[in-house]
Amino acid sequence: MVGIVGYGAYIPRQRIKLEEIAAVWGADAAAFKRGLMLYEKSVPSPDQDTITMSVEAARWALARAGVDPKSIGAVYIGSESHPYAVKPSGTVVAEAIGATPDCHCADFEFACKAGSEAMFVGLSLVKAGEMDYVLAVGGDTSQGAPGDALEYSASAGSAAFIMGREKLLAECLHTYSFMTDTPDFWRREYEFYPRHGGRFTGEPAYFKHVQSASREIMSRAGLTPKDINYAVFHQPNGKFPRNVGRMLGFKDEQMETGWLSPWLGNTYSGASPMGLTAILDVAKPGELILMCSYGSGAGSDAFIWKATERLVEVREKAPFTRPQLDENKVYLTYGQYAKCRGKIVKAD
Amino acid sequence: MASVPGYWRERAQRLRYEGNKCESCDEVYFPPRRSCGIKCDEELKPHTLSTTGKVLTYTVIRVAPTQFVDEAPYAVAICEMDGGGRITAQLVDCPFENIKIGMPVRIEFRLIQKDGHHGILMYGYKVVPV
Repeated sequence: MVGIVGYGAYIPRQRIKLEEIAAVWGADAAAFKRGLMLYEKSVPSPDQDTITMSVEAARWALARAGVDPKSIGAVYIGSESHPYAVKPSGTVVAEAIGATPDCHCADFEFACKAGSEAMFVGLSLVKAGEMDYVLAVGGDTSQGAPGDALEYSASAGSAAFIMGREKLLAECLHTYSFMTDTPDFWRREYEFYPRHGGRFTGEPAYFKHVQSASREIMSRAGLTPKDINYAVFHQPNGKFPRNVGRMLGFKDEQMETGWLSPWLGNTYSGASPMGLTAILDVAKPGELILMCSYGSGAGSDAFIWKATERLVEVREKAPFTRPQLDENKVYLTYGQYAKCRGKIVKAD
Repeated sequence: MASVPGYWRERAQRLRYEGNKCESCDEVYFPPRRSCGIKCDEELKPHTLSTTGKVLTYTVIRVAPTQFVDEAPYAVAICEMDGGGRITAQLVDCPFENIKIGMPVRIEFRLIQKDGHHGILMYGYKVVPV
């Protein structure tokens, strides 16, 4: 059996409220709140990026795993906001946690499912016996163009998982990936902000892939929504994951724990992985968790996890996800937010 | 322009907070030293700093060096880490009026500076309130 040996999440402390963004662009904040179910989002400081958040999340994952960093055979970072265009994020993360030099390293990209890709590949390598442990991270400092609908959701956060065969805190019972070529969201080379297909990102993209992946993995596992304790889906806003869960037959109570986006925003590659960390913070041994990511372009990775007795023993060794979301928040004005996100261009 | 080899040589202390410790008197040095010249001549062993500690003293920088101008004003603190060793680091995510001598802090991994628009990104440690 393979699964998760350690996990950790990191959320920056800065927030901006949806009203603050809407006021700048003359938008109807109440309509956005109703339509997207978004209230506020996290904002990275100028000194935070995918690498720094990944290091923090990875250190918490190591604290729970209790394994020697030198025994980690691969470090995979999934993100669409790697700080360098050419130079890996993973080398910095691996060096910072002490996993170098006997280590394979790669950066993954697949819009918002780069993190679950890293998890999928990490699990597979461990299952194949190629290495004892793999660190898989999903995180982003998401970009949304000023005034675009994405600006209300694009946020920052990271989740890290150490995959292994022993000392599991959650067993991976099944994996399944569903993928087609569906161009609903993209960023061309040298472009600063991504572009999207508006409503095209909904039915033929997000809903088709998340439903297909979730239905198929449950079918292969011989499970129905009633058999599963918690479900977490990719969270581009508050509304989509809730709606797709209801379409699949889940009740809101099954989705509540991992549903972070109304107050966190869309952390892109970190979205469903961070939801999983919030579930692992409370899940009881034996409980089942369905996680399904979504990456534009487009595809979904689905996982069914089963919590073990060890989860209860180790989860207190690092900060929980929900308190990071709810406590010690610093609210920004739009001007401060614009400076933090590099939206103000200074003269050289 | 920043020194890429210089940043690379210091990666153990910048990225993993590795200093050293005198085997004889238990004094912790950060950044690492070649010898425990102050108290004894014993060999120093590698020692990784604890990530938690407390503020010994601090100041607020309002007129910053060129590479940190966009961050000013910012606080810089000298912190005594649990288990020994002191670091000098920016104290971030904390309004200045909340900073107190003796307050508990934790090291967080942050981007320290960028070498302009084209150069390398230099990472390292800052401290945040616990």
